[in-house]
Amino acid sequence: MLDRSQLTEMYYRMKLIRRFEEEAEEQYKRGNLPGFIHFYIGQEASAVGICSALRKDDYITSTHRGHGHLIAKGGRVDLLMAELAGRVTGYCRGKGGTMHAADVSLGILGANGIVGGGHGIATGAGLAAKKRGSGQVAVCFFGDGAANEGSLAEAMNMASIWKIPVIYVCEVNGFGEYSRTEEVSAPAPFTARGEAFAIPSTEVDGNDVQAVYKVASEAVRRARAGEGPSFIQSNTYRLRGHHVGDVGELRKYRKNSEIEERWKGEPIGRFRQNLIEQYGWNDAEVDAIDQRVEDEIAAAVKFALESPLPDAKEAWDHVYA
Amino acid sequence: MSTSREITYAEAVRDGLGEILASDASTFLIGEDIGRAGGVFNLFTGLQEEFGPDRVMDSPISEAGIAGLGVGAAMAGMRPIVDIMFGDFITLAMDQIVNQAAKMYYMTGGQVSVPLLIHTTLGAGRSSAAQHSQSLHAWLCHIPGVKVVLPSTPYDAKGLLKTAVKDANPVIFYDDKMMYGMKGAVPNDDYSIPFGVADIKRAGTDVTVVATSSMVQVALKAADTLAKEGISVEVVDPRTLKPLDLDTIIASVKKTSRAVVIDEGYFSYGVTGEIASQISDLAFDYLDAPVKRIGAEDVPVPLAPVLEFSTIPDEKRLVETVKGLFGRRY
Repeated sequence: MLDRSQLTEMYYRMKLIRRFEEEAEEQYKRGNLPGFIHFYIGQEASAVGICSALRKDDYITSTHRGHGHLIAKGGRVDLLMAELAGRVTGYCRGKGGTMHAADVSLGILGANGIVGGGHGIATGAGLAAKKRGSGQVAVCFFGDGAANEGSLAEAMNMASIWKIPVIYVCEVNGFGEYSRTEEVSAPAPFTARGEAFAIPSTEVDGNDVQAVYKVASEAVRRARAGEGPSFIQSNTYRLRGHHVGDVGELRKYRKNSEIEERWKGEPIGRFRQNLIEQYGWNDAEVDAIDQRVEDEIAAAVKFALESPLPDAKEAWDHVYA
Repeated sequence: MSTSREITYAEAVRDGLGEILASDASTFLIGEDIGRAGGVFNLFTGLQEEFGPDRVMDSPISEAGIAGLGVGAAMAGMRPIVDIMFGDFITLAMDQIVNQAAKMYYMTGGQVSVPLLIHTTLGAGRSSAAQHSQSLHAWLCHIPGVKVVLPSTPYDAKGLLKTAVKDANPVIFYDDKMMYGMKGAVPNDDYSIPFGVADIKRAGTDVTVVATSSMVQVALKAADTLAKEGISVEVVDPRTLKPLDLDTIIASVKKTSRAVVIDEGYFSYGVTGEIASQISDLAFDYLDAPVKRIGAEDVPVPLAPVLEFSTIPDEKRLVETVKGLFGRRY
């Protein structure tokens, strides 16, 4: 059983992700965010369940759909919104944007615009931790689409032979861009890929934050104890399109009715029910967290839109350290 | 007591690596068969015995994997040295180098840099055919955020290696595999050579030959031949292509008024095109002849020696090209 502060933090982080994404969508429609964004809506329990089991100095690598992971790891919504808006006050001084947002002080080694780009990086960070004997672990977030990049096989093989403290979290959300998982991936559970490299592998309901937290905690325990890598298949569902412009049935891969049906299992409502039924909370207590989130997101948007743009000459900064 | 000794290029690199591993606990070597076997070119002999398998790691055959591992370890505070056995295999690691290592410092707005040293080889001449003989360094020069090093002597190799491992950025360090047996004087004391400083390997007055890696030796031999015919050749070795010491190159061409650029990459769309066009632009008013280029022929490297050697730049071709810059005098 989780204590009150853990439960509060979990709900808060999940709601923060959801409201951030919804507000980013609104700001995009108003023309305030250059480029295109990939929403994590519907997957909040996966990121929060995993990151709740991590220390501040543990590493994560993320994906192009990375706002959820960054916020779950403790990242700041004001600096992230400013980064999406291309402002100099953003996490990356407006140089990286949504797909390259990072907070290295929190071990967040970046979202990544290359599908599978985090496979090697997370494994290397884990190797560094092992060499230092620091006890840190590295989590590699990737999707079912990225599981088909060869870089995963190379990374897992090395993690296995060298017992690297890295946790591979495969978030199966039903789609790789406009293709369904089952159309492009061989008909075996993704856990079989971890097992192929003798890595202990588990499948979990990625929309149940407590269940995710439980398997994550065990994987983290193993890694810190020097027992090596783990593979977690976290089953969830992508409630928005691939990116902000992928709306409705334009790309022909799913019907709106499917999305409506899947909203019934969305993780934040589920967790509210858990808090009430399992832990005896009342609606007002949960609503209070909702309000806190509302205020924080509003402040983040205000901060972002009032922040200055980068000076043009900054385009030449940070090419070389 | 001598202050330097005559050692081979391979020994110079190995000594450098040993000194690096001994002095910086954040460094480690990783590559295919570099540990127990000492590497296919015997470059790493003895290092694993001395420093152990944790510091000198034998990896699976996973160029993309170990390059990615290197990026992550570098971002997490270590200084990995990743060996890619043949430069041709760098193709497998290109995403990790080009899209990850080269760009991380920039994309994160300066939060974290990638002090990753990739050590690899180039050069034909060993009957290794098309997939083991290429010099693809131009590809890496094209990418903002990486540095590219091509030593031509044992002295340069060790000194540049010491600088490379201390650089906060991704560095690609190329040995011409044909030079491993080459001997040269290397100081006994510790020393390093800065990046972006070309070396005038031979002073001259009539023509500038800009040469990289093993082409420096080709240029020096050609210079001896040409001297007998009264042509004084200045051989300029950039040593690092990224950063490139254009000042030294341009000053030389302004003095001589003629230039040839020779590099073992394929002739088209490579290093020589870049340097020649810079010379044409920045030394235009000083040139008495077009800037000429010599590279490997635009064909895959063939196996049979009679074919292979017809495709690699050699002394004969350089001598003819230089003479051609002097009109009907030669």
